[in-house]
Amino acid sequence: MTVTEDETRDLEADFERTVAAEGRIEPRDWMPEGYRKTLIRQIAQHAHSEIIGMQPEGNWILRAPSLRRKAILLAKVQDEAGHGLYLYSATETLGVDRAELTEKLIDAKQKYSSIFNYPTLTFADIGVIGWLVDGAAICNQVPLCRSSYGPYARAMVRICKEESFHQRQGFELLRTLMAGTDAQRAMVQDAVDRWWWPSLMMFGPADGDSPNTQQSMAWRIKRHTNDELRQRYVDMTVPQAAALGVTLPDPELRWNDELQAHDFGAIDWDEFAQVVKGAGPCNAQRLANRRAAHEDGQWVRDAAAAYAAKRAHQEVPAA
Amino acid sequence: MHSHDETDDENVYDALASADDDGRWAFGTGFDAGTAEIDAPVPEGVDRDDLATYCLMLADDALVASQRLAGWTTKAPELEEEVALANIALDLLGQARVLLARAGHLGAAEPFRVGPQDDEDVLAYFRDDRAFRNVTLVEIDLGDFAQTVAWILVLASWRLALLQRLTGSRDPVLAAVAGKAVKELTYHRDYAAQWVLRLGDGTPLSHARMQAGLEAVWPFVEELFTAHAVERRLVDAGVAVDPTELRGEVEAVLDQVLPAATLTRPDRAAVGLVGGRGGRDGVHTEALGPVLAVMQSLARAHPEATW
Repeated sequence: MTVTEDETRDLEADFERTVAAEGRIEPRDWMPEGYRKTLIRQIAQHAHSEIIGMQPEGNWILRAPSLRRKAILLAKVQDEAGHGLYLYSATETLGVDRAELTEKLIDAKQKYSSIFNYPTLTFADIGVIGWLVDGAAICNQVPLCRSSYGPYARAMVRICKEESFHQRQGFELLRTLMAGTDAQRAMVQDAVDRWWWPSLMMFGPADGDSPNTQQSMAWRIKRHTNDELRQRYVDMTVPQAAALGVTLPDPELRWNDELQAHDFGAIDWDEFAQVVKGAGPCNAQRLANRRAAHEDGQWVRDAAAAYAAKRAHQEVPAA
Repeated sequence: MHSHDETDDENVYDALASADDDGRWAFGTGFDAGTAEIDAPVPEGVDRDDLATYCLMLADDALVASQRLAGWTTKAPELEEEVALANIALDLLGQARVLLARAGHLGAAEPFRVGPQDDEDVLAYFRDDRAFRNVTLVEIDLGDFAQTVAWILVLASWRLALLQRLTGSRDPVLAAVAGKAVKELTYHRDYAAQWVLRLGDGTPLSHARMQAGLEAVWPFVEELFTAHAVERRLVDAGVAVDPTELRGEVEAVLDQVLPAATLTRPDRAAVGLVGGRGGRDGVHTEALGPVLAVMQSLARAHPEATW
């Protein structure tokens, strides 16, 4: 059965009405092709970020300096694998599968958050990733719990709860280190100095340079602009930095009484462009590791499929 | 038309911005030893040092195994396996932590204390490999995924048989740890058995790798059924389990799984001991040193620090 042009117009009008009324679009509902593609791109990018994000933190699991910190970190990295799983499942409701998206990731045809292309050089980086990187991720993700696409919005509710738990854990680690030795305090400040600017870049290009924002906001996939979210993150983080006793590495950062918000310095967009383009400190390493895990696991996945096929065959009654 | 839920952006942001009550959020604070406290008295007629050593043996098995499994992070063949292997590593780490705390309470940490760390961390991070009491099976390189699941199958079947019996120990902490661990180990064994079946009876390649993985693990199995003098004394005192009694149960599991997976039981000699001494005496393979060097490096670089 083919859908006529008139029918398409009706479906499109229904879709627009549902979205405008803050309703949810579900997998079986009609949706414009551009909406489907935008969602696949955004959710896949988010799923890939969870999976690649396991690497910088995983770097410290074997060396975590106390058993409690080891348990926390291992559980956190495990949660990220879980987030990747639900997000890939959400993309499956849009008609793509995990294997196809994984291929696109390792062929560098789809992106992931550029923040994970920075190295974790000390254990304080684990705390700072929790505090700043998860903090920025939450600012980005909380509004997505109201995204117009139902499966994505529901996945985000669960993910945001776990992310906020991770952010608290990161902050708690940093508080412990700041109350510790001089070497531990220096480690925290060094980590803050390295992660602050990349964390601001997590919100993406400035509004004037963000080509997809307007359409995504009209479709209620996205709820706030990049710059609005970035400002919210800065305003939320400044008092937390003061509570910790660390300095954010920006001499222009100050409260603007008139705007009731913080002014902050210019972001190095050239560095951001470099990292997005694939030339950040760890891009090649992250993709090579993901590719190795995927390719080294092929024989295992093949075996599981062969075993399942044999069992299915055995269950067919003899004719 | 579907209505959206009551997620309120502003409240979530506000809650995240407040920096108090962090303790509430810290995963893994305190211990869960079931019903018994770490500081329960030593049962009458039991030697305190023997009990501490036995706690270390069971703790070190779990700690080193957990460290090895954690090495799979970001390398597993599928995301479901990432989650499952991390789960097993976390369960074992949890078992190790309670047992180390109990050993510490019994005085085992004192010879190694250099700073302000808790007993569990003194024992995990400031003890050299010669003072680790684990069986050597847990310290070997895990090889590929097939060898890893063979290793989990053997380790979990053995530890399950051991801890099932330990639930009747006269030491209340050991009994409580065992009671909680039995459920965990049952899952680990079943997870591994499922994969041994899939890989053994999957493709010709996976079959060959599964058989090779089993062969690589096999020489370390005999040690699991060898009793150390400390274990023998504590068996007599009603506290420990005699490992020689576990052989039948572990073999029954393997006899069920291996033929179903079209695998053959390896015919390989056990690894030799050094002057009759093995892992339980602190005489290990060359593999343990590097595992501990990685695990302990940061903690030892800051002996005056807590984390």
